[in-house]
Amino acid sequence: MAATNILKVENLAFERNDAVLFEPVSFHLSSGEALHIEGANGAGKTTFFQLMIDMLQPSAGRVYFRGQAFSECRYDYLCDILFIGHQSGVKAALSVEENLRWMSPDNTSSEQIASALQAVGLDHYAAIPCYRLSAGQHRRVALARLMTTDATLWYLDEPFAALDKQGIDFIEGCMQQHLSRGGAIVFSSHQDLVKIVARSYKLNPFREVI
Amino acid sequence: MNLNLQWTWFHRLGSPRWFYQKTQRWLPWLSLVMSVLLVTGLVWGLAFAPPDAKQGNSFRIIYVHVPASVVALAGYYIMAIAGAVGLIWRIKLAYMLMRSAAPIGAALTFIALVTGAIWGKPTWGAYWEWDARITSMLILLFLYLGVMALRHTYSSNEAADKASAILGLVGMVNVPIIYKSVDWWQTLHQPATIKFTGAPSMHPDMFMPLVVMILGFYLFYTVSLILFARAEILRREYRASWVKQLVTDNSAEK
Amino acid sequence: MYNFLSGGFTAYLYRDLLLSIRNKSDLVKPLIFFLLVAALVPLAIAPEAERLAELAPGIIWILAVLATLLSVEHLFSDDLNDGCLEQMLISPNMLILPILGKITAHWLVIGLPLTLLSPVIGLWFSLPSVALIPMILSLAIGTAVLSLIGAVGAALTLPRQGGVLLALLVMPLYMPVLIFGSATIQSAVDGLDWTAPLAMLAAFLAIAIALCPLAINAGLRLAKNG
Repeated sequence: MAATNILKVENLAFERNDAVLFEPVSFHLSSGEALHIEGANGAGKTTFFQLMIDMLQPSAGRVYFRGQAFSECRYDYLCDILFIGHQSGVKAALSVEENLRWMSPDNTSSEQIASALQAVGLDHYAAIPCYRLSAGQHRRVALARLMTTDATLWYLDEPFAALDKQGIDFIEGCMQQHLSRGGAIVFSSHQDLVKIVARSYKLNPFREVI
Repeated sequence: MNLNLQWTWFHRLGSPRWFYQKTQRWLPWLSLVMSVLLVTGLVWGLAFAPPDAKQGNSFRIIYVHVPASVVALAGYYIMAIAGAVGLIWRIKLAYMLMRSAAPIGAALTFIALVTGAIWGKPTWGAYWEWDARITSMLILLFLYLGVMALRHTYSSNEAADKASAILGLVGMVNVPIIYKSVDWWQTLHQPATIKFTGAPSMHPDMFMPLVVMILGFYLFYTVSLILFARAEILRREYRASWVKQLVTDNSAEK
Repeated sequence: MYNFLSGGFTAYLYRDLLLSIRNKSDLVKPLIFFLLVAALVPLAIAPEAERLAELAPGIIWILAVLATLLSVEHLFSDDLNDGCLEQMLISPNMLILPILGKITAHWLVIGLPLTLLSPVIGLWFSLPSVALIPMILSLAIGTAVLSLIGAVGAALTLPRQGGVLLALLVMPLYMPVLIFGSATIQSAVDGLDWTAPLAMLAAFLAIAIALCPLAINAGLRLAKNG
């Protein structure tokens, strides 16, 4: 499959409290590619992800999605991304299945939900309310989304945090499958990946030029 | 993420510094005119204006009370509009002016309430009356305090600015509604009370010093706003090179 | 059921109702507060029927305001803490409909039961029966306005929750509602036209439905910055 240009970022910069956070970011991403965002703790990785999902507005820079300027395709862009951050997005009072269904596209079939739950090892917990689950199981409910989503571009902020080897395997498997189907992934991780080959991009602290 | 990005960046670099330097030149003149107006108005009103037929000399407090109320209310609109400008055009200076306007307006509202109470005692026998204007002034004080308190909820300056601007706008929409509601509520409970209300029924000899005082207070507001805004600019832009230059120049002079 | 991106008014209404029903204690707390404080009033003031009847319209409305204030704090804080707000904000649509859905669910769970309980309070305060319908109508519409305005305060104070700032922000905005709400009941007691203040409440509701979601949307988007 010919690689298409999915994401292009030029000189993205962000200020907080009148201080620029990191050196302006520029990169491009094609289908089937994964980009590993590196940087020391506090370098601004989480802020970078928040910028990319339009939660924060950048102070400068341009973003192009599938060749179009962000301002023109904002709607399509936001419909076509998936973001999993530090928080799980799981409601404790709802059951595992209810939560997954809420986080999955409209037309997800019950079989897809069931197989996703099976893949994360929660198929026996489908009707259990999430407050009865352990922290690790909570996280797995959130990650089950990776199997039901139809988004092209994935943003994963430290997806492997606090997971056991089985969990890490599962995510890498999902990522691999997504990339082979032409999707793209931007992720950050302190873990070294086994199955995925990813380009690296390092976020550098901003040095003021006087 | 919009196309005006580079321009917004430029604005950030340009406007606070421009404001700081321009006001450096205007401030002495404005302060001079303000002082002249305030002193003239006070002396005229407190010493030379004729005593009121009914109230004697106690009415003279209106020379502080009325200007304070007028400018306090106008100040809320100035603050809200500055916030709106900041929200719509993303101009930092507008946010800084909004932040500076809040404590000044709150202080003026407080002065208006206290002087109103002082006026009330000899005139109507009570320090406090729940009439439309006093109640609205009290609510205005709460609105100001709310805007001032909100900034501490947010750790990022940019978010605090936006939240305060939103709150200011919400308040601005509500000020006429609140005033009219309280007015209506007041008439419901006290249908026929005649009170010494406003300027038009005043004798020109009493009215003129009031006008002078109102102008003086507006200038006082402007001068205070400029001073507060200059401090805010220095506080926020402390990393900029021109601020660092100012600091070294100042310490060199000493 | 819709998902978090495409979900509109009914999706969020249904979901929040489901959550409230499963967290039963949240449902009941403001109502118990309403009844408890109402029971305190005669003890603090006077048990005479005439004095209570005189104060009834105002007291009922103040109780409604306090109960709404207590409950509205949690409207968005749960979503902020478990990450659902973050996901909600990824939606390309303005969150007007989801917000209205959540507030409607809140009203159905707090404001409506309050309205239905109010005849009990009316009984306790010897409210004349002629004021019963006006009281119920004023509370039905008024609590909806209180929920909407309270939600604006809740959205703006989201990063640091703690009741006092919310109360400070929201009190000036509640005053017109309070004035016209209690005036509706008082007018009915006095034999005057109570539909006029009620119409003002309805006007407030219309304005609030139109404008509050905009302010809430802006406030929610700031919450992650704080």
